[in-house]
Amino acid sequence: MEVIVLQVLNGLDKGSAYALIALGLTLIFGTLGVVNFAHGALFMIGAFCAVTLNRILSLSHEVIDPDKTDFLGNPLAVNVPYVYDWFGEAAGQGIINWSVPLALLFSIPIMIIVGIAMERGLIKHFYKRPHADQILVTFGLAIVLAEIIKYYYGANPIPTPAPPAFSGSFDFGALIGLENIIYPYWRIIYFSFAMIIIAAVFAFLQFTTFGMVVRAGMVDRETVGMLGINIDKRFTIMFAIAACVAGLAGVMYAPINSPDYNMGMHFLVLSFVVVVVGGMGSLPGAVLAGFLLGILESFASLGVVIDLLPGINQIIIYLVAIVVLLTRPRGLMGRKGVMEE
Amino acid sequence: MSKKNLTRRGVLKTGAAGVGAAGLATPTLFTGAVWADGHTGFTNAPEGDTVTLGFNVPQSGPYADEGADELRAYELAVEHLNGGGDGGMIPTFSSKTLEGNGILGKKVEYVTGDTQTKSDAARASAKSMIEKDGAIMITGGSSSGVAVAVQALCQEAGVIFMAGLTHSNDTTGKDRKANGFRHFFNSYMSGAALAPVLANAYGKDRKAYHLTADYNWGYTTEEAVVQATEAMGWETVNAVKTPLTQTDFSSYVAPVLQTDADILVLNHYGGNMINSLTSAVQFGLRDKVANGKNFEIVVPLYSRLMARGAGANVKGIFGSTNWHWSLTDAGSKAFVQSFGTKYGFPPSQAAHTTYVQTLLYADAVNRAGSFNPCAVAEALEDFEFDGLGNGKTLYRGADHQCFKDVLVVKGKENPTSEFDLLEVVEVTPVDQVTYDPDHPQMGGAEATLGSCNVGA
Repeated sequence: MEVIVLQVLNGLDKGSAYALIALGLTLIFGTLGVVNFAHGALFMIGAFCAVTLNRILSLSHEVIDPDKTDFLGNPLAVNVPYVYDWFGEAAGQGIINWSVPLALLFSIPIMIIVGIAMERGLIKHFYKRPHADQILVTFGLAIVLAEIIKYYYGANPIPTPAPPAFSGSFDFGALIGLENIIYPYWRIIYFSFAMIIIAAVFAFLQFTTFGMVVRAGMVDRETVGMLGINIDKRFTIMFAIAACVAGLAGVMYAPINSPDYNMGMHFLVLSFVVVVVGGMGSLPGAVLAGFLLGILESFASLGVVIDLLPGINQIIIYLVAIVVLLTRPRGLMGRKGVMEE
Repeated sequence: MSKKNLTRRGVLKTGAAGVGAAGLATPTLFTGAVWADGHTGFTNAPEGDTVTLGFNVPQSGPYADEGADELRAYELAVEHLNGGGDGGMIPTFSSKTLEGNGILGKKVEYVTGDTQTKSDAARASAKSMIEKDGAIMITGGSSSGVAVAVQALCQEAGVIFMAGLTHSNDTTGKDRKANGFRHFFNSYMSGAALAPVLANAYGKDRKAYHLTADYNWGYTTEEAVVQATEAMGWETVNAVKTPLTQTDFSSYVAPVLQTDADILVLNHYGGNMINSLTSAVQFGLRDKVANGKNFEIVVPLYSRLMARGAGANVKGIFGSTNWHWSLTDAGSKAFVQSFGTKYGFPPSQAAHTTYVQTLLYADAVNRAGSFNPCAVAEALEDFEFDGLGNGKTLYRGADHQCFKDVLVVKGKENPTSEFDLLEVVEVTPVDQVTYDPDHPQMGGAEATLGSCNVGA
């Protein structure tokens, strides 16, 4: 029983990341009609916003410690962060420790700018081109963005820890009357954060005039345009919002797995499968499929399951995708007419 | 050139036997004939006053940082071979044929290739360096899959392959080749070195759970550590393979909590190791008490670059490494001084092994008096040396594997800098990590080097 609860938790956690990325992918596809293969790169850029803020807050000056030597035998130059000088060592370290939550604020303007630049600078030129062209250009863009990050940050993962208050784990089992279910605080926070973001996006689309126009535009772009509404501008804003969702997901993911330049590519492929399984253009489908595939992937990783079906952990997501597409060709919640013209 | 520089295999392989037989009666002619022959009749025999080496390292992909460090070391080695810089480990090297005048008097030049940590890309770049750039020797790699693939290509092409960072038993085990040589240690040695230290630190009544990267290095490391620790009395409760592309290991780590294991062995390297270790620490494994003992984590193969990626999570965790910059022997100090002065930070173990391999190749050519790969191979076989950072070392002829002391390290509790992450807790003597060439983990009796190939 404990194993099942643990793997459900793990699945929800994995599913959170898939769902957030798939949500952004679907928003962009639904509004702009573009299959954005660079969306994983936006997730990665979000994670690197956390890395960057951590580095900015850790900016330091050298103080020579004559009592110690460095690897060449010279007096050791100790890096003292400026925030230590300004706020004292304890408060300064506290600020650095909280760099990931602070990066949520730091990343929003960056992701909006990156999103608008990406849409206005490149993707808008491909609106009327075939999906294959869109996939090629956005995939190319994803590679370029990843290589730029690698050039400046290196190829190795960069540790970006959560605040010490949330970096440990707690006995989740005690909350539900089971034993020995230890689960990390940050993963619970990540799941809760994902739920809040997903709810906020749905509420925004459902309960605001802006959202209503966007939803109308997703159904019939031309008619909305003929009503005198600048739908292009709204769609650009939606692209920026989708970039923000991916970026925020990336920021919060940084303490779970140390960010590296390739993390976006890994999530992109899985998230694209999530979108297809959920149904192209369906926002609830993307979220549902994200959590579903996350949970299935977790169960497929169990030792007993692998012993029974060797290699199942590596193919489960694709296997499910094949089964779903064979039985429901439009995905779990796909609409008629999407990518069928 | 003295007669001891003549090589039996080189003579045979290059078709000089006939000439040699004719020359036996007249020693002067014999020497002259081999001189002429020793410089022709093999792939990319150098002409003119330069010789080209091919450095095949991951310049992109997940091991690009390791590849970059390897490349720095290669460039440093070339500089030292050509008489530049402070000479690095050349003065401390026990063999004294390297005089800063290149190799056999030819200035050393180099070309580089990008393996991308993919076997097909690595083979393509090695092939290009051999066929287009005329590389006489290929060296590099930061993955055993790549090393095994490129080694086989070099065997077919008739050039020497000096392996870089490759730790799988297979490289000099079941996939060993006559043209391939490895200085780096291997999975068996890690297991043999680690097991006694682990038994001493954690006791002999332990239950281990293995998570293993699903490729040949993972398999051989798991096998080596399982056998070595079981011989010490440990029990292996489970061993689960994890996909190489996995990034979130939570669904593999969480079930460990539900077993009666009290040790987790992470047979992972690079990003896999960083992420699996981070997950294990996040799930509180290090705070857990199982079977009345503190739960412990072990990482059989450590690298400083990886330790940096894992941050504070490595503190107190045991592993093994081929070399560490904090060693205080003359060779290590000279190399750290030379590398650190040029690049501003200490070298990694990947940099060390590639630098050493380049010097060993150059020295072997000088001793053989020829670039002929079979002559070079024979000069390397059963060659004993010292002064290159690992103490006395033997390049065993039977499998082309270096045998030397192995370092058992532990994540440092209080690092003084971003480089000061590991501390050496034991130098395991070479005798303890030596095995027979036909050891079952090395492919058994069927594993053979085959014949040296001169190509051309």
